[in-house]
Amino acid sequence: MNERPWGLWWTQVRAVMRLELKKTLFSRRGIWVYFLAFVPVIIFAAHSIYMMKLGRAGDIGEDTHTFAEIFQLFYLRLAIFFGCVGIFMNLFRGEVLDKSLHYYFLAPVRRTVLLAGKFLSGLLAASVIFGTSMVLQFVALYWYFDSSTRQEYLFHGHGLAHLAAYLGVTLLACLGYGAVFLAAGVMFRNPLLPTAAVLVWEAINAILPAALQHISVIFYLKSLCPVTIPGDISLDKGNPLGFIAMNPAPASAVTAIVGLLALSIVAVAFSSRQLRHMEIDYGSD
Amino acid sequence: MNEAQNRIVFEDVSKFYGDVLGVNRVNLSVPPGITSLVGPNGSGKTTLMNLMTGLVQPTRGRISILGIAPDDPERLFRVVGYCTQFDSFPRGMTGYQFIYSYLRLFGYAHAQSSELAMRAIERVSLTDAAGRKIAGYSKGMRQRIKLAQAICHNPSVLVLDEPLNGLDPLIRAETIALFRALAAEGLHLIISSHVLHEVDVISDQVILLSNGYVVAEGEIKGVRDEIEDHPMQVLIRCDKPGELASQIFHNDYVVEARIHKDRQGVLVKTRDADRFYLLLNKIAQNGIEIESVAPADDDVLSVYEYLIGTEESTK
Ligand SMILES: Nc1ncnc2c1ncn2[C@@H]1O[C@H](COP(=O)(O)OP(=O)(O)OP(=O)(O)O)[C@@H](O)[C@H]1O
Ligand SMILES: [Mg+2]
Repeated sequence: MNERPWGLWWTQVRAVMRLELKKTLFSRRGIWVYFLAFVPVIIFAAHSIYMMKLGRAGDIGEDTHTFAEIFQLFYLRLAIFFGCVGIFMNLFRGEVLDKSLHYYFLAPVRRTVLLAGKFLSGLLAASVIFGTSMVLQFVALYWYFDSSTRQEYLFHGHGLAHLAAYLGVTLLACLGYGAVFLAAGVMFRNPLLPTAAVLVWEAINAILPAALQHISVIFYLKSLCPVTIPGDISLDKGNPLGFIAMNPAPASAVTAIVGLLALSIVAVAFSSRQLRHMEIDYGSD
Repeated sequence: MNEAQNRIVFEDVSKFYGDVLGVNRVNLSVPPGITSLVGPNGSGKTTLMNLMTGLVQPTRGRISILGIAPDDPERLFRVVGYCTQFDSFPRGMTGYQFIYSYLRLFGYAHAQSSELAMRAIERVSLTDAAGRKIAGYSKGMRQRIKLAQAICHNPSVLVLDEPLNGLDPLIRAETIALFRALAAEGLHLIISSHVLHEVDVISDQVILLSNGYVVAEGEIKGVRDEIEDHPMQVLIRCDKPGELASQIFHNDYVVEARIHKDRQGVLVKTRDADRFYLLLNKIAQNGIEIESVAPADDDVLSVYEYLIGTEESTK
C-alpha cells in the first residue's frame, strides 16, 4: 500500500461524520449551544417588534453600529467562543468521559482520518448553528424598517456586503476557535483551565505586543469585521474594559484570512500529533 | 509464509504507567489456536491486550501482530478484533446500529455492513435483541454484543478480555463452542481470565501472568508440569477440619494434609492445585461448610492465585 488511498479515507471521514453530526447537533448535552447562538436573534426580534409597536422610524446607521458591537463583544467573544468550547472540546473528551473512545481506536482508521472526520463534523455543526443565527439576526434587526428603506440598504447601501462579511467572519470564527479547542480537548482532561486561559488571552489581545497579537483568533476576526467599533471611545467614557474592543493595528483582509487559516492548520496538526500518541485511559472506575 | 507473519510476537516489552508497572520484560511468540492469558487481578492481562491493539504504547520493546505493528490501526484492525473489558458503549445505539456503524468505519458500503452485522449478531445469538437499545441489555447481552463487534469483520486474530464474564452457564457453553469453531477456522484467539479452570479445557496454550511478569508459558500440559514441580501450601478454613482432612489426604496429588493449630482449618500441601480445587468443590457439596481457601505460603501466592482465584476476584 504505497499509494495513498484517498478514496477510502474520504469514505471513512464520512462514516465518522455520520456518527458525530448526530451527536453534536442533537445531543441534549449541547442544547445550551443553541441557546447561546440564538439569544441575539431573540433580542433583535424583540427590539424590532417594540419599535414597530411604537411606530417609530429607526436609524439604520445607529442600528448598524449596535449590531457591530453586539457581534464583536457578545457573538464572537462569548457565543461562538463558548459554543466552540462545547462542540470541539467534547469531540474526544466527551467520549473519554463516556468510556467509548476505544471503539474508534479499534477500527482500521488512521487517527488522523478520525480527527479529520470529527473536526469536520464539529465545523459543519458550528457553522450551521452560528451561520443560521447570524443570518436570522440580520433579518430580525432590520425587520421593522419599511420595505423601501430595507431594499435601499440591502442592495444600494452596505447591507449585502456587510451580511456576507459577517457571515464570513462567523464561519472563520468557528474554524479558528474550533481548531483551538480541538487542540485543547486532546491535550487537557479538564476543560476549565484551558478555556479560561484562552478567554483571557483573547481579551487582552489588543494590549499585547504586536507579535503576540498574531497568535490569537480574535485579532484576525476583528480585522475582518466590516464595521469597526470605536473601542477607544469606550475608553474615553471611562469603561475599564474598553481595551477589549480596541483594534490598534488591524491586519489587511488577506493577511487576516491567511493568518487565521495558518493558525487553524497549526492547531489541527498539533491535535493530530497528540492523537496519534493518545492512549486509552479512562481513569479509575 | 514467514513464521513471524503468522505469530503474535512480543520482544522484551515493558509498559509502565508512570511509576506503576503494567507488564515487564515480556517475550512471547504466540502461534494460532486458543491462547489463554491467566493471572489474578492486576497481573497485567489487560495491559498486554491493550499493547497488542495499540490502545496503549509500550515503554520499551517491540510488538508485532502477524507482522503488523500495533501503531498502524489502518492495517491492524483489518485482521484483529478486540473485545475489551470496558462495559461501556456509544450513547443511544441499538445492538445492530453499534455493529453496523463500526463496519461503516471500515469503508464498507451499506449493504455489506448490514449483512456482516446481522451475521455477527446471529453468531452470538442476539438476533432477537438486535433492534433494542444496548442501554437496556443485560450484562451477558452486552458482553455478547461486544463479542459480535470483535468478530464482525472476520479477523484472523481475536483478542478477548474476560469474555466469559457475566454469562450464564448455557450462554457460556455456547460461547465456548463459538471460540472452538473460530479456532478451528485457523484464528488466533487470545482469551484472558483470572481463573485457569475457566479456560484450561479450551486452551491450546496458556500464558500465566503474575504482577506484570510472564511466570509460565506453553502448552497447557507443560504449564501444569511446572506447577507440579513445586507443591504449594493452602489453608482451608472450615467447620469440620478432621472430616475434611480425612477426605482429601489419600489423593496422590495431596502431599500432606494436617489440621491447623487452632483446629479450625486444614493445611494442605498439593502438587496439583488445579485438581485439588475441583475436589474441594465436590467436598463442599457434601456437607462440609468451607469458609475460605487461601494460600498459606507467600512464595506460591501468585501461582496459587491464578490457579484458583480468590473469592473477591470471582466477580
Ligand atoms: N491506566 C492506568 N494507569 C495506571 N496504572 C494502571 C493503568 N492501567 C493498569 N494499571 C496498573 O497496571 C497493572 C496491571 O493492570 P491490568 O489492568 O493490566 O491487570 P489485569 O490483569 O487486566 O487485571 P484485572 O483482572 O483486574 O482486569 C495494575 O497494577 C494496574 O493498577
Ligand atoms: Mg483486566
